[in-house]
Amino acid sequence: MTDSDDDQDAIQTERVRAAIRDEIQADEDRDDSPAPRDTPVIELRDVWLAFDRPILEGVSFAARKGETVTVVGESGTGKSTIVKLILRLLVADRGEVCVRGKDIEKVTYEEALKIRQRMGMVFQSSALFDSLTVYENVAYPLREHTNLNDDEIGERVREKLRFVDLDPDEVTQLAPSELSGGMQKRVGIARGLAANPGIMLYDEPTSGLDPLTTGIITNLIMKLQRELHVTSVVVTHDIRSAFRMSSKIALLHDRHIVFFGSPEEMAASDDKYIQTFLGGY
Amino acid sequence: MALLERINAAARKKVFSLQEAFILAWNAIRFIFVPPFYREDVIQQMDSIGVQSLGIVVLTGFFTGMVLALQSAVQMQRFGATTYVGSLVTASMIRELGPVLAGLMVAGRVGSGIAAQIGSMRVTEQIDALNVMGTDPIKKLVTPRLIAALLMLPALTVINDVAGIFGGNVIAKFYLQLPTSLYWATVWDQISNGGFVLRFIPNDFVHGLIKPFVFGGIISLTACHFGLRTTGGTEGVGVSTTRTVVTASILILVTDYFITQALLALLPS
Repeated sequence: MTDSDDDQDAIQTERVRAAIRDEIQADEDRDDSPAPRDTPVIELRDVWLAFDRPILEGVSFAARKGETVTVVGESGTGKSTIVKLILRLLVADRGEVCVRGKDIEKVTYEEALKIRQRMGMVFQSSALFDSLTVYENVAYPLREHTNLNDDEIGERVREKLRFVDLDPDEVTQLAPSELSGGMQKRVGIARGLAANPGIMLYDEPTSGLDPLTTGIITNLIMKLQRELHVTSVVVTHDIRSAFRMSSKIALLHDRHIVFFGSPEEMAASDDKYIQTFLGGY
Repeated sequence: MALLERINAAARKKVFSLQEAFILAWNAIRFIFVPPFYREDVIQQMDSIGVQSLGIVVLTGFFTGMVLALQSAVQMQRFGATTYVGSLVTASMIRELGPVLAGLMVAGRVGSGIAAQIGSMRVTEQIDALNVMGTDPIKKLVTPRLIAALLMLPALTVINDVAGIFGGNVIAKFYLQLPTSLYWATVWDQISNGGFVLRFIPNDFVHGLIKPFVFGGIISLTACHFGLRTTGGTEGVGVSTTRTVVTASILILVTDYFITQALLALLPS
């Protein structure tokens, strides 16, 4: 391959990414009542939630366009609950959960389904449909919610698989059970990205992965922010990855957000709990 | 006091579960008429519920018909009434055993399968994934299974009935030495003497087809209800499967009594 071919490929890739960014922006502009540009894309305001015991008390934080906000904390502190609140799989007892300026707790179930279609989610267990192939998994949101024809869907699936560094020719016809944990996570990300959502949510994206694969997944999340300007909320207890990929970090402890700021501010904090949590990182 | 509180909590849990089951049933029925329609899923489920249950249903029906004929023949021989074996097998199979046996077989084979499949999807977050991608899991998973069960249970019951009557024919011919033509004449006598709805639909057929339609609904909705409520990993999937088979079987037997009572009152012979 010559230098000129490489240049052509790079130009083509950048064109595709620009088109995706435009599609995301156009999708956001289609809102009936678009939020002002400076409105946070995701915002939790004084959120309280309890089941048989209190889970969250007065939780507030915001993610602006293109930011990656990581929620860290010990296991069992309710980090994943925050993602479920953003998706309105759970409803808070008190407070507001706003997505693009709209309080999603006040919308109907059908409206919530529509809002979810504009978000991508990567699950801790990948949650790929085991009765479908990799291709069908990534194509699923496109078949369900777009008018794309089979050729367009095929092209989009291949593009997303390439974006997560998987070879479409090798993996499309495989069943999820035939993939390694890291590959399943990457297919999960490709599926989340398929409909070009402006928001991505990740629940423990690196849990159970070896350090090398953890690095690959972290790089992918950073690539999404850098190249597609996607707004992300990541829930993790992997502090090393959190420091690499986050614009802001929210530390959840004892039902409260005890810290919200940049990784640098967190590292510089002399709060005893924060320093213990970081464990000398 | 603690005991009362525990009883109260347990009762409340049962009531909530029942409420959820009714809401699920209502939504699943409502979604039959609301797009998008998952036609491919319905066809796939019809294959899974109906076509793949054919073997077990034919076998059950055939041997039940044989046993019925054999047992009744022993009693009837005392009164010299063995010619009525065909009549007895037909009445028992079409009105009662056909629908109930097909229902119980499908509850065991298909109900457990549906509960295990949906339960596994629940514990591996696949149901959450559907929700997150803006797909209603009831519309995608429950409604196609409900439609398929409503259509396939009556079909399986007819096949079960026919297999049972053929089973009776085998015993009548080889054990009682009754001519096949006589056997089939008594079969038709039984059907025509039971009365007709709208002058040409035999009452026995109405009995025999209303029941499996209801049983199809019971099996699919019970399995989906327990599948969707699965918690606790793979162990929870096992619990849901067992609960489905037990609950669906009991509901089939209890409902059978009430439908029979109602139909006998509405369609007297």
